[in-house]
Amino acid sequence: MTNLLTSPWPWYVGGPLIGLMVPLLLLIGNKTFGISANLRHACAILLPDAAKPGFFRYDWRKERWNLMFAAGLVLGGLLAGLVCANPEATHLSVQAIHSLQGLGVTLHPGLVPPELVDLHRPVVWLILSLSGLLVGFGTRYGGGCTSGHAITGLSTLQFPSLVATVSFFVGGILSANFLLPLLLK
Amino acid sequence: MTDRSTIVLLRTRTFSPVLSLLSYLLAGTFFGVVLVKSEAASWYRIQEMFRFQSVHMYGLIGSAVLTGMLITWLLRKVQARALTGQTIHVQAKDPGLPRYILGGLTFGLGWGLAGVCPGPIFTLLGSGVWTMLIVLLFALVGTWLYGVLRDHLPH
Repeated sequence: MTNLLTSPWPWYVGGPLIGLMVPLLLLIGNKTFGISANLRHACAILLPDAAKPGFFRYDWRKERWNLMFAAGLVLGGLLAGLVCANPEATHLSVQAIHSLQGLGVTLHPGLVPPELVDLHRPVVWLILSLSGLLVGFGTRYGGGCTSGHAITGLSTLQFPSLVATVSFFVGGILSANFLLPLLLK
Repeated sequence: MTDRSTIVLLRTRTFSPVLSLLSYLLAGTFFGVVLVKSEAASWYRIQEMFRFQSVHMYGLIGSAVLTGMLITWLLRKVQARALTGQTIHVQAKDPGLPRYILGGLTFGLGWGLAGVCPGPIFTLLGSGVWTMLIVLLFALVGTWLYGVLRDHLPH
């Protein structure tokens, strides 16, 4: 019984549930599923009026639903990541385990390897801050992230989202295979 | 004729703003649970995906898109209405290509490093990965930077 709570879900269970988010948000209030817009709303809320670029001057109160959704994501993480955490390490493929060894990273239970949350290492600060900077800038420039383009955009047959999704993967492949090994060396 | 408008009115009245916001909170919570349990929020799985070493993430994204496509198509086909009464309408993405290519590449580079896209940043924070605060803070800086440079970038 506890196993049912803590064991991870196979892709064919998780995938359809992720896909359901698109029609679910449309049904609740005609909203387009997407998360990265929250970063813009947060800037709109936090920046003082005098130092606010025009991009952040809009009525963010109308987008409160998106902020509530993000708050829910934190709650969901609390529920699943703390209460129902998988006690075993992720069942990665043999090749992936070899790659991890090559990066000097260990396979532990949890979603993030301990080496990448160890703030005593300066390179961890570099990886986390650079990653955040690129994610924040890139999602706004590209008009969305994995949820807005790869899930919502593709499932509603929008060509710009196909271009964006392919670009996400090109960037990710470059970064995981070349940039990360370079930084962790 | 009156039936339909009465139903819409009733729906609008019963679905209060507070209830509506609560339902988004609940939907987000559900999605957060799915992100963790399906391991889409896992750094390990993201690295495995970008190295083409497992079918897991491809199956996850592929079946998500197919499910979303099918059910959204059905909703539009039957002209379903949202709980708020409006007819369901999917907002079209802005035209143009440079922003999707350049912005997409930039986001992808970030995604492959810390293994997180915006959703998992929030979810991992909830599950106690405090270092995500650094990622979140810099993601806000990146967003602000885009707001500043916007007019000088090709779209």
